[in-house]
Amino acid sequence: MCRIGSIKSRTPIHPSMALRLMLPQQEGHDNSGFAMVMQDLTGVFAPYKDKPLLSLVCTDKGKQIASDYMDRTGFVQVFQWKPDMDLRPGLMIAAMPSYVFRNYDYPESMRKASREALEELLLDTRLALRNLLEKDENGFVYSFWPDVLTLKEIGDPTDIAVCFRLWDDDGSLMAKNIVSQCRQNTNYAIVRYAAHPFFLQGYTLCANGENTFYTRNTEFQKSLHKSYIGFESDSQNFLYTLHYVLHELKWPIKYYKHVITPLPFVEAEKRADKRELSLIRESLAHLEINGPNTIIGLLPEGQMITCCDSKKLRPAVVGGDDEMVAVTSEVCGLNSILPNRDASRDIYPHEREMVVIDNDLAVRRWNQ
Amino acid sequence: MESVKTQDVSVNDFPWKIVYHPEICTMCGSCVAACTFNAIEPAMARRSLTVSRKAFPDPVQEHMARPVIRQKSGVLNACVGCGMCEKMCPNAAIFSARNPDSRFPLLARGKGPIKRGGRTNLNAQRTLDSIIVGRISQMTDPSLDSERHTFDIRSPFGRVLQARELPFRVEGNNLVLTEKTPPVHWIYPVIFSDMSIGALSTRAWEALVMATAYLNEKHDMPVRMCSGEGGMPIKLLESEQLKYVILQIASGHFGWNRIIKAMPGMKTDPAGVLIKIGQGAKPGDGGLLPSAKVAPHIQAIRGVPKADLLSPPNHQGLYSIEESVQKMHLSLNAAFGFRVPVAIKCAASATSVSVYNNLLRDPYKICGGFFMDGIQGGTGAANEVSLDHTGHPIVSKLRDCYLAAVAQGLQGQIPLWAGGGMGMTGNAAADVFKMLCLGANGVIMGKILIQLLGCIGNEHGRCNSCSTGKCPTGICTQDPRLVKRLDVDRGAENIVKYMLAFDSELRKLLAPVGNSSLPVGRSDVLVSTDKAVADKLGIQYAC
Repeated sequence: MCRIGSIKSRTPIHPSMALRLMLPQQEGHDNSGFAMVMQDLTGVFAPYKDKPLLSLVCTDKGKQIASDYMDRTGFVQVFQWKPDMDLRPGLMIAAMPSYVFRNYDYPESMRKASREALEELLLDTRLALRNLLEKDENGFVYSFWPDVLTLKEIGDPTDIAVCFRLWDDDGSLMAKNIVSQCRQNTNYAIVRYAAHPFFLQGYTLCANGENTFYTRNTEFQKSLHKSYIGFESDSQNFLYTLHYVLHELKWPIKYYKHVITPLPFVEAEKRADKRELSLIRESLAHLEINGPNTIIGLLPEGQMITCCDSKKLRPAVVGGDDEMVAVTSEVCGLNSILPNRDASRDIYPHEREMVVIDNDLAVRRWNQ
Repeated sequence: MESVKTQDVSVNDFPWKIVYHPEICTMCGSCVAACTFNAIEPAMARRSLTVSRKAFPDPVQEHMARPVIRQKSGVLNACVGCGMCEKMCPNAAIFSARNPDSRFPLLARGKGPIKRGGRTNLNAQRTLDSIIVGRISQMTDPSLDSERHTFDIRSPFGRVLQARELPFRVEGNNLVLTEKTPPVHWIYPVIFSDMSIGALSTRAWEALVMATAYLNEKHDMPVRMCSGEGGMPIKLLESEQLKYVILQIASGHFGWNRIIKAMPGMKTDPAGVLIKIGQGAKPGDGGLLPSAKVAPHIQAIRGVPKADLLSPPNHQGLYSIEESVQKMHLSLNAAFGFRVPVAIKCAASATSVSVYNNLLRDPYKICGGFFMDGIQGGTGAANEVSLDHTGHPIVSKLRDCYLAAVAQGLQGQIPLWAGGGMGMTGNAAADVFKMLCLGANGVIMGKILIQLLGCIGNEHGRCNSCSTGKCPTGICTQDPRLVKRLDVDRGAENIVKYMLAFDSELRKLLAPVGNSSLPVGRSDVLVSTDKAVADKLGIQYAC
């Protein structure tokens, strides 16, 4: 089981906070990687919050391919941050030659475009880069979005943090939201794209568990949207459904839970909105999930969400104080970063529950 | 030898030979009375016997005429192996044995094409038996507990819209339905398949209705039953239990004058309407109810005289799928105020995917289900040549249709219901589970139901006499004396008990794969020990 965790803070935090959330949960775990998505950035990226940020790992050749493509399509680089990497011998990390974090300005022709058009452009650009870099594994593009940074690497999470100087807390890399996970895919081959969190058009998601409806989810999602690709991990299904329900169908957030874990018929039948629920279940039957899962998501406007499978087969806990709220798999992680919180107010979401943490750290929860 | 010609027919030409033990027979006559086929008769035979007539043993060999039971040698009286003689005999003095050297297929055609009931006797191969539920949840994802957890065993019946097409308006945090949508009912994933009053005795049909109602009302299993083409009693049409019945309309439209007349008096809507285009047992052939079975009450329900009732091979007013959608689907939808799903049933065929594609792309979005019936489906009457030599195995065709929908992102829009041989080996739950994993939303089952009522027919040539009106079990006959052989309550009880066991067994398959709702299209669950089957169906090969 993967351990997952996310932190939402009133003031920007360093990635080391996410590491301290995750590392106590690593017992009996293969510690095979570290991955995080940071949103609402400060530090070196603070002046460029509205400029899409490309998170890319690649070979030198891949870097050239990406640069050429961005030039060709009219994107103008406005900032680049190159991590000062500590490559001392003995660190367990399968580092790639180049880590590219670049902010771009939109192409001239798109500067007055609508938000929807810009979102499409960013998506198309990421997909095109992915496609170009896929050959010979010249690179992996994780996100291309304003105010969002993704870092993923294979190796021991502590060593990865050493390598990227994440323990230094030097203020260069900070954000109000961090979603993280410390493991590579264990079910299938280790592929960088298979490591969560996954990102798509402002939606970030990681999950611990096993989606036993992977095949039927995947077969359905492939035709729903051009960006629903890869499927290197069964957890990508959750992200694509989140994106489809909120971004494509534009349904309120509570319906995400109704789509992935519909109420049993006997319960749905008693509800005032039974007709709507039945239609949703009919139309999106192939997006239902089964198997043990906990999901953590981060939405474009910054809300953090969590929910579980319909049988509550995987753990999750939400806890916090006035400054910070965290969601994670095991409470030892919370104890590590929030030892003085009122633990009696911790929330262990149950199978019908959905929890949303707003930007003011208000925690809303309801039964589906 | 001069008195017997080689062309003369004798009992050793027949598929079944009577094995008789005169020494233990008491000549009670039960076997003769039980034999509806008039295949045996009492006769006198000259026998050599050792007898002792004195007060002390004094054996003497004598020749004498003794009454015996004898198998008749006329083709029309050929024993069908139904076993009623054996069942009735108090002394186990008689039974019928299969004759591997039968010449019957040659002899019987002297009276014209062989007509019979049952299912194919040649194509009994069992694709489903080479498929195993091979992906078991352990460790990374836990199995569920079939006794403790709750399971949502329901399938959609009706036209499903794509999510983008749903007429929702966002009001605050809620979605609100703003328009009417096609009717969709979530029902049990088994429909009792369409066997008409006429093909079945009224009482056998009644047993099915009783079982259906009992499962719904006492066990919360929303099983639906299809009427078959032949109408229904007015009393049932005007009862609350109509909601469990899917009305069938086929090319003969038998019974629909009564249904239409009963509509003003209906207290509830039927569960659906099924337009029968074809059936797996005799694809391309119409319905057939031999006049032998057109008893007065059948004449009344169907509104016909006593005659062979032949439904045409196709619906006479329709010349294309588009037209069928426009005319039949729309008019039948309109008949019930667009509140009742209207589905279509076709025989599985090499062309099934084309038909399904046409329905999926129909602009009216009006087809509420695509029912496919494979070659192993049963029938009350058909030409044997159709039964044995026409049709299509259902498993791969179901898969083809499902994958065709997947390729277009339209899976689930028109629910797939498949059947034909489900439960042939006795375990319907395993068959159904595998069919669901391959893409079926549910299955249709018919033959197994009458076997639960007591039908002794099988796909190895046993009985298969549903067309004759002489059904020895009282199920497929309209002869009131034979119908009395059927205990309706026990028959219904057998079906109920089987379905309860079925439900438990389905959970026993859902739980180990970690699913609490039906795994429609979850082909990753299945493996096949047959490489060709695995390749064809796109599932893992295992050995």
